[in-house]
Amino acid sequence: MREPWLDGRPGARCASVALIPSTRASDLTETRSGPADRPSPVLRASRAGAAVGILLLSGCSGAQSALDPRGPAASRIAELWWIMFGLGAVVFLVVIGFLLHALRRRDEASRLSEAGARRLVTVGGVAIPLAILLVLVTYSVRVGGAVSVARNPPEMTVEIVGHQFWWEIRYPEAGVVTANELHLPVGRRVLLKLASADVIHSMWIPALHGKMDMIPGRTNSLVVRADEAGVFRGQCAEFCGTQHALMSMVVVAQPEVEFAEWLARQREPAPEPVTPERMRGREVFHSSACVYCHTVRGTNASSPLGPDLTHLAGRRTLAAGSIPNNRGSLAAWIVDPQSIKPGNKMPPTDLTGPELQALLDYLESLR
Amino acid sequence: MSGQATPAPPAPALSPKEKAVLERTWSSPKGLLGWFMHVNHRSMGKRYIVTALVFFVLGGLEALVIRLQLASPEAALVDPETYRQLFTMHGLTMMFFFAVPVMEGVAIYLVPLMIGARDMAFPRLNAFGYYVYLISGIGLYASFFLGIAPDAGWFNYVPLAGKEFSPGPNIDIWATMVTFIEVAALVAAVELIVTIFKQRAPGMSLDRMPLFVWSVLVMSFMIIFAMPPLMVTSIMLAMDRTVGAHFFNPAEWGDPLLWQHVFWFFGHPEVYIILIPALGMVSSIVATFARRPVFGYGAVALSMVAIGFLSFGLWVHHMFTTGIPELGTSFFTAASMMIAIPSGVQVFCWIATLWQGKVVMRSPLLFVTGFVFIFVLGGITGVMVASVPFDTQVHDTHFVVAHLHYVLIGGAVFPLLGAIHYWFPKLTGRLLSERLAKWAFWLMFVGFNVTFFPMHQLGFLGMPRRVHTYSADLDWGWLNLLATVGAFVLAAGVAVFLWNVVRSVRRGEVAGPNPWGADTLEWGTSSPPPAYNFAVPPTVASRHPLWEAVPSPGVTGLRSDRREVLVTRLLDAEPDCRQVVPGPSITPLLTALAVSVAFVGLLHSTWWVPVGALLTFGAIVAWNWPRAEHLGLGEDEGETSSVEAAR
Repeated sequence: MREPWLDGRPGARCASVALIPSTRASDLTETRSGPADRPSPVLRASRAGAAVGILLLSGCSGAQSALDPRGPAASRIAELWWIMFGLGAVVFLVVIGFLLHALRRRDEASRLSEAGARRLVTVGGVAIPLAILLVLVTYSVRVGGAVSVARNPPEMTVEIVGHQFWWEIRYPEAGVVTANELHLPVGRRVLLKLASADVIHSMWIPALHGKMDMIPGRTNSLVVRADEAGVFRGQCAEFCGTQHALMSMVVVAQPEVEFAEWLARQREPAPEPVTPERMRGREVFHSSACVYCHTVRGTNASSPLGPDLTHLAGRRTLAAGSIPNNRGSLAAWIVDPQSIKPGNKMPPTDLTGPELQALLDYLESLR
Repeated sequence: MSGQATPAPPAPALSPKEKAVLERTWSSPKGLLGWFMHVNHRSMGKRYIVTALVFFVLGGLEALVIRLQLASPEAALVDPETYRQLFTMHGLTMMFFFAVPVMEGVAIYLVPLMIGARDMAFPRLNAFGYYVYLISGIGLYASFFLGIAPDAGWFNYVPLAGKEFSPGPNIDIWATMVTFIEVAALVAAVELIVTIFKQRAPGMSLDRMPLFVWSVLVMSFMIIFAMPPLMVTSIMLAMDRTVGAHFFNPAEWGDPLLWQHVFWFFGHPEVYIILIPALGMVSSIVATFARRPVFGYGAVALSMVAIGFLSFGLWVHHMFTTGIPELGTSFFTAASMMIAIPSGVQVFCWIATLWQGKVVMRSPLLFVTGFVFIFVLGGITGVMVASVPFDTQVHDTHFVVAHLHYVLIGGAVFPLLGAIHYWFPKLTGRLLSERLAKWAFWLMFVGFNVTFFPMHQLGFLGMPRRVHTYSADLDWGWLNLLATVGAFVLAAGVAVFLWNVVRSVRRGEVAGPNPWGADTLEWGTSSPPPAYNFAVPPTVASRHPLWEAVPSPGVTGLRSDRREVLVTRLLDAEPDCRQVVPGPSITPLLTALAVSVAFVGLLHSTWWVPVGALLTFGAIVAWNWPRAEHLGLGEDEGETSSVEAAR
């Protein structure tokens, strides 16, 4: 399952930026297991009814689409959208129809009477909109309640801390810390406790739920549940600085057992290096700037400033979903992170060729 | 349509000699130095409009660069730092330096003409406001060309805009220039209110005011209530940045959300400050081209007032994703959706008017038709984003980018262009070319929809706002390319419009006083109006003075040899007294320069503030230095008696 992400092509040495491919969102969706279960009948019917909106229909698929829901919250919201879309389309067509009729009318006979005008304004401008709005407010508040934290008692907790420009992800009950890749057990309500280490970010996984801001000095919450296994994409939605665009995350929803295995592996400290190359790599890690910012549990590296690297090699992407995690892009990232993601906080690293190779050997062993 | 017979305004013959005296009294000085001494409302109105259009073009060019950068995935046309400045400058320019000033400019030009006055209440203050606007705009763009423009978005959220995360001068420029330009907005609002309340033609009671004047009145009151919070909060930000005040620092019991609350308490009304005068323009155009009064005058006027009030109770809908408790957000959902009612009432009143009238389709009405189409769509998505759960999906995405452009371009730019086509003959004496106007309209209308409609879908597909790049695999590429193509078509429409303006100023068809056969007072004087607006200021007996069969008599008894205006009472516009308004002076410019020493100097050192304050004091003393005419002593009695002799 992890092959597409761990395909470390040898030979890529300090690759130039032009060689850096981006995260393959299509790869992300490849791993989805089985056919997507279909959303509620209302959703399906309204989708069909909206066939006129060809443009909009093609908005239904994609790893980061709000209209391709993979959980109950996103489904309810998508349903709300399609109903509002239907109502909105009718209102729009009626108003424009009246306008065009008023403009094209020529003969005296079809001139609107004073009473007719009064009726048009009271019915069209007040009564009907008021009725529609009352329905919408009620419905919207109901959906809002249904997707709220209060109505969805969580079964487990994940803490996510936004940083410029990456995500720190903690599983407090298991004592696990990782970054930029959120794993969730399918069918479980998970409380996301959202905080920020610097500026305001916004956590957004469109396939599961709407977004929620991460505000310094506060903790916000969101309860999400994935209804099926699959890999989606999340992205920061509040402008947070120069590299706001490259602050995304991979979301892996996996069956309970698989998730438990993953969590157990994450809980382990980093594996001891077994080959001389890897041992040398660890020495390079400890003697270079890496150690000032990163943690590798089980070693002396324990700084909380940058992403935790204990199980780096098990992740699908690097630099918050900016580049795939393979040897070539890892090398490029270490040597010159500023050319891949200018403005991020990681400084370039000055290593000789052999040192870099050893470091890569070591990092690739951190599964 | 020119030359259509409408009753001419009452014009008791005025001797050529007396006209010459009026001309001399009211004309503005000539020459370069003279140009800086103008205080007349028509000069200032035109300057506001032209300057705002320059900023409109600059903001548009920034938008084109943004669209080029986003046209393809992983493009590298501009680096991320420049991109930050580009989208921030685009927002700042369009909101603060184009939309609000252009509406004020149109109001400053038209309101005195529409209410039959010879000038505004405070002509020098008017000039001062314009120079403040110009200087702050130049200051902002100077920073852009130095590469230190504001770069945290036009709403400038803390802590990103705080000293820790934005140590450079960029945000100081935001705080300074935004505060500074609001001085200009407040100045314009104050004098528009006083002019509307106290200088209406005798007989023009409040319920006979043209709907455009109502819209300007509502806009001006909104400015007075909305702009001070913005100034306060930007000063708080400046204090956080310069003296460590910690208003927004959570580590010291401050709160970043405080910024958002106060900013949007200004920022939401701001949108309606731009929209409401546009609604007034639409009412003027609809009445004229339907050849009948707007149906439901009272409903339309009250709707604008209602929107004005409601707009101050909606700000939290910009903050639905900040974790505010559900009960609170539900209130703002209901309040936000309520805005649809007064908006709907107006749209249906216009439709009823057209339906009842004899429609004459000309370019202004064409732009109004485009406005209804786009604005209704933007209004519908506006109701949608008022729903909290739906908003959590589309907030800060391209869906909202689409929505806000539908509301602002549809709601303000299309009516504004309709208004420019409509009132251009009054400003210049010549008509714009209908053929070019149609080209401009269709290019803009199609270009606009091709640009912004796909953005709704991009939002659903997960594309956030303010991203400088995106991965090729997210399938956002072709929609973005489509939007970019649309943006260039839109830009071509704007170019045709600008060409039409440049061409028609010299070579357009001569318009005459009332080319459209309209009903309001500004069409009762020559095009362009003389320096004194009306040889004989009018009185009115209905809402549509120029459509009356029997013209009302004119005002007599104002002196021609000094700048006298008639002051009337607030509600019923009964004559109250005569007032001398000041004439040309260099002091408004000097005062504006002195104030800007304080504001711009602040970027360098706080010591410039006392220096600027002293200079301002000096300038104000010069400004208010007593003059004989203010003391009721005719400057030149001989001249006056000669006029009286001529009578």
